[in-house]
Amino acid sequence: MTEFEFDERDVPFTDGQTVGAALVAAGVRSWRTTRRESRPRGVFCGIGVCFDCLVTIDDVPNQRACLVPAAETMVVRTQEGDGRGHLAV
Amino acid sequence: MPTDAADVVVIGAGVVGAATAWYAARSGRSVTVVDRGSVAGGTTGAGEGNILVSDKPPGAELDLARLSSGLWRELAVEVGGFEYDPKGGLVVASTPAGFDALVALAAEQSAAGIETVVVPAGGLAEHEPHLTPSLAGGVLYPGDAQVQPMLAAARLLRAARAKGARVRTGVEVTGFLRSGDRVTGVRTSAGDLPASTVVNAAGTWGGEIASLAGVDVPVLPRRGFILVTEPLPRIVRHKVYAAEYVADVASDDADLQTSPVIEGTEAGTILIGASRERVGYDRTLSVRVLRALAAQAVALFPVLAGVQVIRTYRGFRPYCPDHLPVIGPDPRAPGLYHACGHEGAGIGLAAATGRLIAQLVDGERPDLDVAPFRPERFGPEVAA
Amino acid sequence: MATSPYDVAVVGAGPAGLAAAAAALAGGARVALIDAGRQPGGQYWRHRPGDLGAVADLHHDLRTFRALVAGAAGAVTFPGHHVWTMSGSAADGFVVRSVAGDDPRGTAELAARSLVLAPGAYDRQVPFRSWDLPGVYTAGGAQALLKGNEVLVGRRVVVGGTGPFLLPVAAGLAARGARVVGVYEANGPAGWARHAGAVARVAAKLTEGAGYAAALARHRVPFHARQAVVAAHGDDVVEAVTVAKLDHEWRVVPGSERVVECDAVAVGWGFTPQLELPLALGVGTRVDADGSLVVEVDEHQRTTVPGVYVAGEACGVGGAALAVAEGEIAGTAAATATTGAGPAAVPARLRRRRRALRRFAAAMHAVHPVRDGWQTWLGDDTLVCRCEEVTAGEVRAAVEDLGATDPRTAKLLSRAGMGWCQGRVCGYATACLTASACGSAVSALDLQGVSERPIAAPISLGRLAGDAGHTGQQ
Ligand SMILES: Cc1cc2nc3c(=O)[nH]c(=O)nc-3n(C[C@H](O)[C@H](O)[C@H](O)COP(=O)(O)OP(=O)(O)OC[C@H]3O[C@@H](n4cnc5c(N)ncnc54)[C@H](O)[C@@H]3O)c2cc1C
Ligand SMILES: Cc1cc2nc3c(=O)[nH]c(=O)nc-3n(C[C@H](O)[C@H](O)[C@H](O)COP(=O)(O)OP(=O)(O)OC[C@H]3O[C@@H](n4cnc5c(N)ncnc54)[C@H](O)[C@@H]3O)c2cc1C
Ligand code: FES
Repeated sequence: MTEFEFDERDVPFTDGQTVGAALVAAGVRSWRTTRRESRPRGVFCGIGVCFDCLVTIDDVPNQRACLVPAAETMVVRTQEGDGRGHLAV
Repeated sequence: MPTDAADVVVIGAGVVGAATAWYAARSGRSVTVVDRGSVAGGTTGAGEGNILVSDKPPGAELDLARLSSGLWRELAVEVGGFEYDPKGGLVVASTPAGFDALVALAAEQSAAGIETVVVPAGGLAEHEPHLTPSLAGGVLYPGDAQVQPMLAAARLLRAARAKGARVRTGVEVTGFLRSGDRVTGVRTSAGDLPASTVVNAAGTWGGEIASLAGVDVPVLPRRGFILVTEPLPRIVRHKVYAAEYVADVASDDADLQTSPVIEGTEAGTILIGASRERVGYDRTLSVRVLRALAAQAVALFPVLAGVQVIRTYRGFRPYCPDHLPVIGPDPRAPGLYHACGHEGAGIGLAAATGRLIAQLVDGERPDLDVAPFRPERFGPEVAA
Repeated sequence: MATSPYDVAVVGAGPAGLAAAAAALAGGARVALIDAGRQPGGQYWRHRPGDLGAVADLHHDLRTFRALVAGAAGAVTFPGHHVWTMSGSAADGFVVRSVAGDDPRGTAELAARSLVLAPGAYDRQVPFRSWDLPGVYTAGGAQALLKGNEVLVGRRVVVGGTGPFLLPVAAGLAARGARVVGVYEANGPAGWARHAGAVARVAAKLTEGAGYAAALARHRVPFHARQAVVAAHGDDVVEAVTVAKLDHEWRVVPGSERVVECDAVAVGWGFTPQLELPLALGVGTRVDADGSLVVEVDEHQRTTVPGVYVAGEACGVGGAALAVAEGEIAGTAAATATTGAGPAAVPARLRRRRRALRRFAAAMHAVHPVRDGWQTWLGDDTLVCRCEEVTAGEVRAAVEDLGATDPRTAKLLSRAGMGWCQGRVCGYATACLTASACGSAVSALDLQGVSERPIAAPISLGRLAGDAGHTGQQ
């Protein structure tokens, strides 16, 4: 079984699964927090409409986990707020 | 102050109408605002919220802008709730010649009482860390500020309502009530509204309102697109724009002009302008314009290249041939005042406009001579 | 990219788009088929790449799917291409611009003489307390995870909302081993009795429905009519929901609330057609029987804009079979128009089929309305806009305090709908809440105000600028 890196662990996936689906299957329900209230969010609509499932993949924030196909080389990270806190000035 | 309860009807619930209603209501007038659409549904809901002194050379408009920026600062306390942010503006030049011109303009503005700080190329990063390093220099204007324009209009109207004003949206002005030459109210889709004073704050449609009263006020639309990014942390501290913007604003060319104008907002999105085109009320999305705006924004702030655009909108600036607004009583139609034609500065200039109109209606001496803005300056009366 | 224009560009490779592409090809047209997804099939025939076999039992009418895919094989396909804008006219030709998901620099621009838009729909949502907790999914989302990824949203799942779509969702979850604690249908199924005629004419719907009913019975899934999920509970993940009986207006019957433990919830309240692309071209719209804004089309699926055809959910929610019929009609008409001939009469077979399926859809909407009473379930602090975290109280204040009289203004004054999803999720609720606070009914104009999205898919500034070198990381 193939895996991608999510935070400090490996998450298995099968061919064609999305990052979001693989996370849900691994029992991970949320992988970002909201900008205002820091509320946890994961998949909601599952089809790219709601943008709840935003996640940082290979250092690019705000990708829809429910759309991006999982790949073995991926490094997926929990995202806080807008995902670009490091750019704040 | 006259004590007779003169009814003021304000046509337009944009930011200019809202400011007019607020100042008139505050000075004890009974005010009715009518708008055929909704609160802030015109150009006020389709632009940005910069309150600029930086983009105006010395002259009548700069005087108006200075008065207005002081009034906005007061309104932020007196009314509030519209994200007033005195963030300052940074104008940058990409070439040494452009920088020289910028510094020369700043010197003139400074002589006219505007605070300016010349920033050489090496100093820009300290003010805006994400700016491209390839600029020739800039000028910082601490006096520039920003508001959320829709909230500003809504909050001013709310405050006016608290002083007894009425706001009637979904009501269209279709004509004027007259007694001889005098304007004595308006005809609307919801019946007649008599009033001793009528204020035309219909923005881009101010010319149409004027012609309903049989007078000519040449206000025309000048289209502008804005790009809205995904929410970001504060990446851009000031309102940042390129020196060419000043020239574009003053241009008489009907063709497309774009120059980068970048502003962060309290909500986190960055708004990217500014384009100017004279294409009537054509609402078609122009990919050519969007591309130009994006390219210029990325050139100024390379960090924006990977940032997503999530929306775009367009608005139609109300412009007059001489790029000055129309403010004051119309001698051709006594009882009618105009407060329109503010082009790309109507948010910034709204506070002063409202205040001046209220003072004129009250028969007070206005804070500023409104002669440069008089409505009859354009030429002879048109036949009704 | 294509230098000479396609005769027909079809956007959407779901049931409607596939049928349109196949029909246009059969009519001799050069066809481009564009879809944001990587596989054809849309929402209905969703599957992993090449792997339909594994989920075949969850699907219906795979024969049609395979036939349509074969029929559409002659099209130039653009999978993984999300259309962000389109422009043009029949006279000057149309331009379709898309972002290619896999390629960080990718954009595609293609020219076409006519357009068939088949962008489908997504689950309509109404907010309830804590509906933003992880573990609460849209019904379609649960279905997409299952059909497209073979992943179960939970082990103890509550299914709720209204509409026949809740049944396949519950049946699918149960078939894959989830314990479906209950299906909570806010309307009463008795309503169907009044529409027996409409149902009888589409036998397939009857067998499909009976199949789900049998599956639910087999898995001992309780079905609760006139009940709804009115609140979710949990700290960081859903742990339970409150379900309650509803009166005719969908107010909670006092004392009927019950807490049901679960680890996932799937909710849907019908569908919202995806209208940003048609609206960008200025097509005429109307409000359908289900309260959704839909595109107005004629006999040939032509919109009010010459050269632009719409098929499937975007011109009225009615299910996959109707989408296929409409797609076939649209594709044929578009092909005929671009080859110069005027559209021939729609074959009687297709006309009858579309009419019967539309009657069924109308019955479905009549039996499964969304009643205003959901608004009474919300607290002032219940989120309406999940992206900008705007509460029901703030939306109402935009009306009552700040003078908004329509949802667009309520949006501008409260930020509901101004975030990432651009009001796709909260637009309907914002329109309803605004109308209620104004004491009016939701109008077509109101819905239009929350359905226009001039940028139909996010595009990076670097891509937009066409500056390939700048995209990607920072
Ligand atoms: C892209 C863009 C960016 C901009 N950026 C800035 C900026 O950063 N700073 C700045 O200061 N300015 C900016 N502006 C300009 C600014 O938005 C306008 O000058 C300002 O909003 C004008 O306000 P107003 O109240 O005069 O007009 P509007 O807001 O247009 O209000 C006029 C109202 O009159 C109503 N009306 C018209 N006809 C009738 C009738 N017959 N009966 C009843 N009601 C009627 C309309 O419905 C409308 O609501 C920008 C404009 C654009 C387009
Ligand atoms: C998540 C979900 C799951 C569903 N599951 C079922 C089910 O199991 N059983 C059932 O009976 N009904 C289901 N439905 C209902 C479904 O909408 C219809 O039955 C049917 O799929 C409609 O067909 P269509 O062709 O109109 O649209 P869709 O099948 O929705 O196809 C539309 C296609 O257009 C594409 N698209 C949209 N916008 C763009 C764009 N801007 N750029 C590029 N491509 C675009 C989409 O990617 C999609 O593939 C589901 C609906 C949803 C939302
Ligand atoms: S879950 Fe809605 S966009 Fe991914």
